[in-house]
Amino acid sequence: MSGYMTGVLVALAFNVIAAYAVYLPLAAGQLNLGIAGFMAIGAYGAAFLTNELHWPIWAAVAFSGSLAGFCGILIGVPVLRTHGIYLALATFALGHVIAAIFLNLEVVGAAAGYPVSAYAPPMTIFICAAGVVALMVYISTTRFALYLTAIKNDPTVADLLGISVRSMQVSAFAIGAAVAGFGGALYAHHYNFIEAQHFDVALSVFTVLYVLFGGTQSVFGPLVGAIFFTIVPELLRSSEHWRYALFAIFIILFMAIRPQGLITADLFRWRRGDVK
Amino acid sequence: MTLALKVDKLTKHFGGVRAVSDLCFEAQTGQTLGLIGPNGAGKTTVFNLISGVYPVDLGSVEIHGCDITHMPSGQRVRVGLARSFQNVRLMSHLTVLENLLVGQHVRAASISDLLIPYRLIPNHRWKREAREALAECGLEAYANEAVHALPYGVRKQVDLIRATLAGAKLLMLDEPAAGLNPTESNALRDHLRSLKKRGITILLVEHNMHFVSSICDQIIVLNFGEKIAEGSFHQVRQDAKVREAYLGQEGE
Repeated sequence: MSGYMTGVLVALAFNVIAAYAVYLPLAAGQLNLGIAGFMAIGAYGAAFLTNELHWPIWAAVAFSGSLAGFCGILIGVPVLRTHGIYLALATFALGHVIAAIFLNLEVVGAAAGYPVSAYAPPMTIFICAAGVVALMVYISTTRFALYLTAIKNDPTVADLLGISVRSMQVSAFAIGAAVAGFGGALYAHHYNFIEAQHFDVALSVFTVLYVLFGGTQSVFGPLVGAIFFTIVPELLRSSEHWRYALFAIFIILFMAIRPQGLITADLFRWRRGDVK
Repeated sequence: MTLALKVDKLTKHFGGVRAVSDLCFEAQTGQTLGLIGPNGAGKTTVFNLISGVYPVDLGSVEIHGCDITHMPSGQRVRVGLARSFQNVRLMSHLTVLENLLVGQHVRAASISDLLIPYRLIPNHRWKREAREALAECGLEAYANEAVHALPYGVRKQVDLIRATLAGAKLLMLDEPAAGLNPTESNALRDHLRSLKKRGITILLVEHNMHFVSSICDQIIVLNFGEKIAEGSFHQVRQDAKVREAYLGQEGE
């Protein structure tokens, strides 16, 4: 495989991981615009552990992913008291605050960035991305996923039926944060250099766009969205000057025509008659 | 018979408006109690107070001897309280079967229940139970339909089945017959009678007096948040205050 193709597939793998980090909270009706902040926690945390404490990569990645998930719980409990645009703004600010902390943290290079010595090869990234997809497909077959959809549909009725709405929302937020941290940790060890600007709010916004484009009704929506947003810009590379404009026009038209996203639950029901 | 529901001096204000005032009533186990009154009488507010959607200002609510007045709304289903809404509130992005599975939550709420990949297990007991409940009402053909595409009458029935699958001992139904055609209304009546035979207590808000008279053992009439009459359907229809509330005073 050419270096170019490998590079594109690695970018796709990271985009898939990031998309699934956004997916679970979004499936419960929470727009998390701070996902890049959790990726930064995972990236810097794992890089510090391998650089300074000489942990093996797998342990550093697992620990940092868990750390991001724990931060997700700590942050999710107060932040998820807000709803709608206020939640979006709160998570947006959260992403900025986390990036600003790392930008000023001398122990991890501050504004100069932080070189990472240990290396995670492309195959490791592919396997981990496949693992995240498998985990999300598994979750989608459980009551947990069913309750997230129920909460998104009608939190009042979900509550009256005994579902602990806050616990479910915080859990979805924390799992998303853990997946983001896991992806960030891998990112640091594949590219061997991280700086706070890598985890700016644009990353969060693009990732949300992958999921909204693919659709939140099906677990395969984020996968399709990430593939589309990674591959299509590459295919349009020949029209260098216009590709972003064309791409943007297409996205605006698509979201206007099909706001529910490309992959919907009805599509799967039509295909196979759904739950048997 | 044991006491299923006891409402004592229930009071609720919205700003300066007294929506419910010193309301007292009781329901015995297996009884069907009708809550009627003109529009704005406070019937739905009483439902929202009992189910915990609104906090109670004064008074108390007990279900089977358990004081639920200040219990969080999400925990009331655990003492056997389930309700439907005036406007059917099913989860529109889910299928009929999935809506019923959500209704079973109170009986499948452990961590292991949450993480079992039930969708991958053919004929899992939860799905089987939900299908059986649908079959009892002749709705099994709708199991995999998305609820937003269903006729109104079917959605009403699914809403009722979901409430019963929550293990309800006290079922509160807000205008269950509204919008139903006579055939659907008769089917609903049969369904409620079968629930009553199982010992489920039903509290019913309804404007269709024919339906109320055919199903309710006891009627409570509200007007401006106050109880103005209580008794059998034939007793309350003779009551002067009830006639005045519905028809207005002579000479008005």
